[in-house]
Amino acid sequence: MSSPASTPGGRKRGRNANPATRKSRTFFFFNIQEDLHISVVYLPWIVPNEVDMSSPLMYGTPSSTPRGGTPARQRPDLGSVRKAPQVDLHSDQPNADGTAASEPNAGHRLVIWGTDVNVGTCKEKFQRFLQRFIDPASTEDENAGLDLNEPLYMQKLEEISVVGDPVLNVNCRHIQSFDAELYRQLICYPQEVIPTFDMAVNELFFERFPDSVLEHQIQVRPYNALKTRNMRSLNPEDIDQLITISGMVIRTSQLIPEMQEAFFQCQVCAFSARAEVDRGRIAEPAVCRHCNTTHSMALIHNRSLFSDKQMIKIQESPEDMPAGQTPHTTIVYAHNDLVDKVQPGDRVNITGIYRAVPMRVNPRQSSVKSVYKTHIDAIHFRKTDEKRLHGVDEDGEQKLFTEDRVKTLKELAAKPDVYERLSSALAPSIYEHEDIKKGILLQLFGGTRKDFSQTGRGHFRAEVNILLCGDPGTSKSQLLQYVYNLVPRGQYTSGKGSSAVGLTAYVMKDPETRQLVLQTGALVLSDNGICCIDEFDKMSDNTRSVLHEVMEQQTLSIAKAGIICQLNARTAVLAAANPVESQWNPKKTTIENIQLPHTLLSRFDLIFLMLDPQDEAYDRRLAHHLVSLYYQSEEEIEEEFLDMAVLKDYIAYARTYINPRLSEEASLALIEAYVDMRKIGSGRGMVSAYPRQLESLIRLAEAHAKVRFSEKVETIDVEEAKRLHREALKQSATDPRTGFVDISILTTGMSATARKRKEEVAQALKKLIETKGKTPAMKYQQLLDDLRGQSETAITKELFDEALRALADDDYLTVTGKTVRLLA
Amino acid sequence: MPSTHDWINEPLAVVEGMFAASQNGQSSGWEAKAVEFFVEQLKEKEAQSLVPSLNDVPLHYLKPNSLVKFRCLIQDMFDPEFYMGVYETVDPSTKAKMLRCGKYKDVTESGVDLNSKSTVTAERQTFYCVPIPGENQWAKDGYAATTSNQGRAVPSTSYVPSRQKRSYEEDEEMEVQPQKQKETHAGSQSATEQHGNGDCKRQETEAPSSQAASASHLDLNFPLPGEKGPSCLVKVYEDWDSFKLNDTLEVYGVLSVSPALSALAEEKDAFLDPTESMETAEELRVHCPPASLVPRLHMLYGKRVAHNNPLLPHASLEESSAFFSSTLGEMAAVRAELLSYFTHVLLGDALAAEYLLLHLISTVYSRRDVLPLGKFTLNLSGCPTVSSYTELLYQIIQQLVPSSFYLAMSLQNMNQMRLVPKKDYVANRLVSGALQLARNTSLFLDETQLEQGQLDATGVRNVTALGNLISWQKVDYDFNYHQMEFPCNINVLVASEGRSLLPSDCHIHLQPQVAPPRMEEYLSSIHLHPQASSQLNKFRVFLGAARLLDYSISEEVTKAVEDDFVDMRKDDPQSISADDLHRLLVVARLLSLSLGQTSLSRDSWLRAKHIETLRRSRMEQHKSVNGNEP
Repeated sequence: MSSPASTPGGRKRGRNANPATRKSRTFFFFNIQEDLHISVVYLPWIVPNEVDMSSPLMYGTPSSTPRGGTPARQRPDLGSVRKAPQVDLHSDQPNADGTAASEPNAGHRLVIWGTDVNVGTCKEKFQRFLQRFIDPASTEDENAGLDLNEPLYMQKLEEISVVGDPVLNVNCRHIQSFDAELYRQLICYPQEVIPTFDMAVNELFFERFPDSVLEHQIQVRPYNALKTRNMRSLNPEDIDQLITISGMVIRTSQLIPEMQEAFFQCQVCAFSARAEVDRGRIAEPAVCRHCNTTHSMALIHNRSLFSDKQMIKIQESPEDMPAGQTPHTTIVYAHNDLVDKVQPGDRVNITGIYRAVPMRVNPRQSSVKSVYKTHIDAIHFRKTDEKRLHGVDEDGEQKLFTEDRVKTLKELAAKPDVYERLSSALAPSIYEHEDIKKGILLQLFGGTRKDFSQTGRGHFRAEVNILLCGDPGTSKSQLLQYVYNLVPRGQYTSGKGSSAVGLTAYVMKDPETRQLVLQTGALVLSDNGICCIDEFDKMSDNTRSVLHEVMEQQTLSIAKAGIICQLNARTAVLAAANPVESQWNPKKTTIENIQLPHTLLSRFDLIFLMLDPQDEAYDRRLAHHLVSLYYQSEEEIEEEFLDMAVLKDYIAYARTYINPRLSEEASLALIEAYVDMRKIGSGRGMVSAYPRQLESLIRLAEAHAKVRFSEKVETIDVEEAKRLHREALKQSATDPRTGFVDISILTTGMSATARKRKEEVAQALKKLIETKGKTPAMKYQQLLDDLRGQSETAITKELFDEALRALADDDYLTVTGKTVRLLA
Repeated sequence: MPSTHDWINEPLAVVEGMFAASQNGQSSGWEAKAVEFFVEQLKEKEAQSLVPSLNDVPLHYLKPNSLVKFRCLIQDMFDPEFYMGVYETVDPSTKAKMLRCGKYKDVTESGVDLNSKSTVTAERQTFYCVPIPGENQWAKDGYAATTSNQGRAVPSTSYVPSRQKRSYEEDEEMEVQPQKQKETHAGSQSATEQHGNGDCKRQETEAPSSQAASASHLDLNFPLPGEKGPSCLVKVYEDWDSFKLNDTLEVYGVLSVSPALSALAEEKDAFLDPTESMETAEELRVHCPPASLVPRLHMLYGKRVAHNNPLLPHASLEESSAFFSSTLGEMAAVRAELLSYFTHVLLGDALAAEYLLLHLISTVYSRRDVLPLGKFTLNLSGCPTVSSYTELLYQIIQQLVPSSFYLAMSLQNMNQMRLVPKKDYVANRLVSGALQLARNTSLFLDETQLEQGQLDATGVRNVTALGNLISWQKVDYDFNYHQMEFPCNINVLVASEGRSLLPSDCHIHLQPQVAPPRMEEYLSSIHLHPQASSQLNKFRVFLGAARLLDYSISEEVTKAVEDDFVDMRKDDPQSISADDLHRLLVVARLLSLSLGQTSLSRDSWLRAKHIETLRRSRMEQHKSVNGNEP
C-alpha cells in the first residue's frame, strides 16, 4: 500500500514526461501546455531535482530534515495534487490575489497555479498554528486528558509519537480563530493546502521526534469546516472546496482496490516500468525503453500498487429536510484507512472535497451527456450518533441561530406573558386544558441537567415525565401527535403496537457480515427528545417494565446475545392512557381507573386528567373555539398564534443556551413548599409528599425559568411549579372517598384511607375470631357472613380476603381452600 | 402549421436565439426572458390546446425536441444534477470555437471542449413523474378532446419515422409489436445485468433487496397496479424547492428522446470508467431508463393544478369566477338530481345518499397543526353482499370523480399489497405504493371482501397505514432507517357489512328500501340505466365545483351555533361531545357548499343538525346488531 520509494521529499516521484495538470477553477481538468506563457515550477516534494535551488520554495524543504525510514503514503482523497505547478505572480498578474501579492517578503510571490496559496507562507503559518494554538475552552471529548493550557496540537503530535497512529485531526474552527486567511485558503483550495499542511506537520514532527518510526507519514485531516451544510444546499460553487455535511449512511460498497501505480514488464527483456494512474487511466508504454520492442510491455498485477477505496452513499438526515420532499443522496468515496469506518445506518458528519466529473466522452459518439457526476472525497468522518449514545455532546447538537432570530426570541422572552403565550401556541387546535399545555410546555423545556457522578448518585433526571389520562376522544392522541411533530427528536409509539425490544434495543445479526448489530428502539432514539407513548394502558406489563429504568435513571441496560451495555435514554416520556372501563369513573382513584402499577406512576412528575368538564361556560368557549377553527382563514390563524417554527426555535434555543440555577430565595421557597406538602398529610396521619415530589418541583421550576430565558430560578418559578404540581395532584391524586388529595394513591397505589380501612377490617376480623373461642378451623363463607353481620359498613369479598391475608402475614392464621385455620 | 407556432415545434431554437442575443449584447437574464416568453405564449387558451399532450398522444407521434405538455404526479425526486449550462465547441475542421447553451438539453453538440474556461456549470433537478394515478377514463378522454386534434396534427406533418421503433404504445391492439420491442430491450438489458454481475453486484454489501435482481426493467413504478401510460423524467430548472412530492402538475417542456441517453446507459464500459460502475445496474436502470420508454421533459413552464377535472376551468381567477357564478345558480337543482340518483343507487336510502354526496365533495382545506380540517371519511355499513354491490357502487363513483381507486380489503390484498411507498436503496428510488395518490383521489375500501383469517406483519402495517390515513390524512413513507410523514388529501370511503374496523369520521348504516328477494333484480336495473353523458357531466361539474368554492361563517351564525351547542349540552352532556361538534361543523360546511352557498346559513345549520340526528338515531338502532361497537 505504501510506496517503497523514500524520496527526500517523502512524496512519490513525479515523472518528467507527465505534463503538469491540475484542476482548474472551472471544474475541469486542465492541461497546461508548453505554450503557456507562465513560468511553471514543480512543487518541491514532487521533483526536487527540477526545482531551482535558489527559489524561495526551497525554504525548509524536506531534504534538510532527513526522516528515518518513514515512508510517505499517497493521499487518494486529495486527487492528483502531486502535479500542481507553482506560478510566479510577476508573470501572471491575473492570478494575483491582493492578499497574496501584498506579502512583504518578496520571496513569497510564488503561488500554486490557479490559487493564491504560497507554499512557504502557508506552511509557516500552519506550523505556527500547531505550535501556538491553545484552546482553553475546549470541550471536545477527544481532547480529554490533554493540558488545555499547552498548545493543543503539539500535545497531539506527542500522542502520535507514543501511539503511532499517524493521523492528525485538525479542527477547522481552531484554524479559523487562529488565522482566518489560512482558513479561507484551506476551504477554497483544500487540494493544495492539505498537502502543504502534511509537509509542515511532518517537518515539525520529525524535528521533535527524530527517532520515531511511523507506519507512514502523518496525514492532516481537517474536520468541522464551518461550511457545514446540509446536502440540499450544495451547489456548483462548492465544487473542489472543503465542505462538511451531515447525513446518514445508507449503503456501503465492498472494498475496491484502486490501482495507483501500474507495473509493466517487458516480455522480451524483462525491463520494468511504472506508470501512475492518472484520472482512472493508465498510459501503457507502447515501446520498451530498454530493448525498443513495441507492444511488449505487460501489466504485472502483483507488483502494481493499489489503494483501498470504498463507495459510501449518504442520505440527508430527516431533520434537515423540508416537508414534502424526498431526501437527497450523495456518493462519498472513502480511501485507505477511512474504508469501513462507517456502516449503513450511521449518522455521520463528513468533511471532504466536493467533486464533479463530466460524463466520459464515448469515443463512438460525437455528443456527450451534458451532466456531471458528483461525489465527495472523504477526508474525515465523524459519527454523530455514537456520541449521542455514550455521552453528553454539545457542539453536534447546536442549532445555529441567526442574530435576527436570537433577537426576536429574546424580545419574546422579555414579554411578561411569555409563558401564557407559549402555552397557548402549543397545539392551538386543542381547546383549553391550559394547565396540561403548560405542563407539556415545561416538559419541552426540561430541567437543568445536573451531574452528581462525583458524589456517587450519577445523573439527576432533568426530563419531566407526563401522563395524560382521561376519557377517550378528549384529543389526547392529538396532543401527542402535536408534540411528536414539534420536537426534533420525538418518537411516537402506541402501547398496543410496541414490544419491549421495540422500545429499547435489539440485537440483530447483519445478514451480510454476520456481525451482531445493536438496533436501537424508540426510547433510545428519542434520547434528548420526547418519547410519546399512546395507549399506555394497553402496553404489556413486560414492555412497561423497561420504562422503570428509563424514567428514573435515564439509561437502558441491555444484556443480550453477548452484548452487555448501558445506553443513554435521556428522554422525557409523554404518555396517554385510557381508563379501563372506557369511561372515567370518578368514584375510583387514578390507579383503579387506569390499572397501572404505582411504581410506574410515581415516576411521572405530572399526571393530568383530561375530562369533559361539563359546564356551560366551558361549553361556550369550546364551541367558539371549534367554530372559529372552521371558518378562519390561514392568515388569521397565523396572526393569532405564534407559529410553530418560532416555538420550535424558542425551545431549541432555551434548551441549548439556558441553564438556570436555583437562587437563594427559590431554594427557600422550595423547602417551604415541600415542608408544607408534608404537613398537609401529617395532620391526617398520612404522608403527602416524598423526595421524588421535591425533585419534580425543582425540575418544573427550572423549566419555568428556562421559559423566561432566565439563568436563575426565582420565586415566581417555584410558585408556578407549585401551582402546576398541585393542579395535577388535585386531578389525579384526590381520594374519591374522602375528597382529599392523597399522594399515596400514586406512590403506594392505595389511598391512606383505604389502607386504614383494611387495617380496621383485619382487626375486626381478629376480634371476631377471638370471640369464637378455641376453634382451630372455621369455614370461610361462615366467617365472611359473620363479619358482615357484625360490621355496620359493607364488607366486600375483596376486603375480606385482604384482611385474611393481612392476618396470615402476621402468622395468626392460614387459609387453605375454603377453611381458615388458626395458628398457634 | 404556420411559422407562428415555431415555438411549439422548435422551442430550443427560441431559447438558443435568446442565448445568442445575450452573448452579443450585454443583456443579462436571458434565461428569465426565455421562460417569460413561453409563459406569455401559453397565456392564451388556444395556445395551450395547440401543445400536444404526452398523456394522450403516443410518444412516437411526437416530434423530438418539440414543446409538449404532460399532466402528471411527482412520484419521486432524484438528486439534483450539475450540467453544462454553457459550453464551448470546437469545430474539428476550422478550429472555430463557439459558445453553446446546454440548458433544456440532455446531450451536447459534438466537439465539446471540456477544458474551456467559459464553461458554466449549472444545476437542475430531476423529478420522476407518472400520470395521475387512478385517473378515470372519462377525465382522460375529456382532456384528450381539448387537445389531441391539433396535437396529432402538428407532428404528423413533420413526422419522423425513424423514431417509430422502440415505442411504448398504449393501445391494446398494438401489443404484438411492443412485445418485440420489449424483447430487444430485454436483450440489451440483460447484457447490462451480466455486466452488473461481474462488476457491480459483488461490491454491494447492502442487505439484498427482495426485488433487486428480479425486478422487471420495465417497472415504471406506478403507484397503482395495472396503470398504463408514459412516465417521464422531468428536468426542472427553476424553483424546484417549491414542488413537493405527490404534487399534481401540468408541465410544458421540451421533449427529449435522444437515443444517446439510453445508449450511454447500455454501452457504458465499466472497466474504463470506475466511477460509473459504482452505481448498481438497478440504479442505472432506474435513473437512466431508455428514453423511448421514459422520455425526458425539460420544463419550461410548470404549474401545480388544483384538480384534474377536464370540465372545470384551470386557469386564472377572473375566468373561473365567471364560471362559478354561472354554476352556483344551478347547483341546487343539480344537487337534487344527483341526490335522487344516489338514492336510487343506494337502494332507496335517501339519508345515505345525502352523506355520500357530502363525502364526495369533501376535501382537506386546511391543517391546524396536526389536525386536518374538512376531511370526511364515510363508513357505509350494511352493504348487501349480493352480486358484488360494492363493485357496482364503485363503478358509479368512478363515473363521477376524476380519479379513484378501488381497494378490496381481502386478506390476501392486505397481506401482500404494498400500500406505503418504500425507499429502495439499491436502486435509489422510492418504490411506490397504492397510497401514493394525488389530492382528492377517491379511495374506495371494500371491507366486505375481508374474511376471517390472520393478518401478518405486512397486513398489520397496511391496516395501520390506512388508519393513519383516515385519522390524520398522512402516510408515513418507509425510508428503511426512518419514516417520513407525507400529508395527503384522499377521500376514503369504507364500504362494509358491519361497522368498519377502520376509524371513520362518519358512520352510516344502509337501510335498503328494497326487499331482499327483489335485490338482484333491482341491482341489475341500476346497471341497465346508465345516465346520459350530459347528465353525468353535470354531476361531474357539480362535484368538482363544490370542492373549489370558498366558505365562511358569519358572526351571527357563529353565535347561533355556539348557543345551540351550549343548549344541547345543557340538556344532556353525553349527547354531544367536542368530536360531534367537529363533525357537525364539517357536515354543515359540506351541506352549504353542495347547495352552492358560500357561507353558513341558519337553515343549513339546522338541516345539518337534522340529518345528523337522523343518522345518530339510526346508529342507535343498530348498536345491538353490531359486533364492532364499543
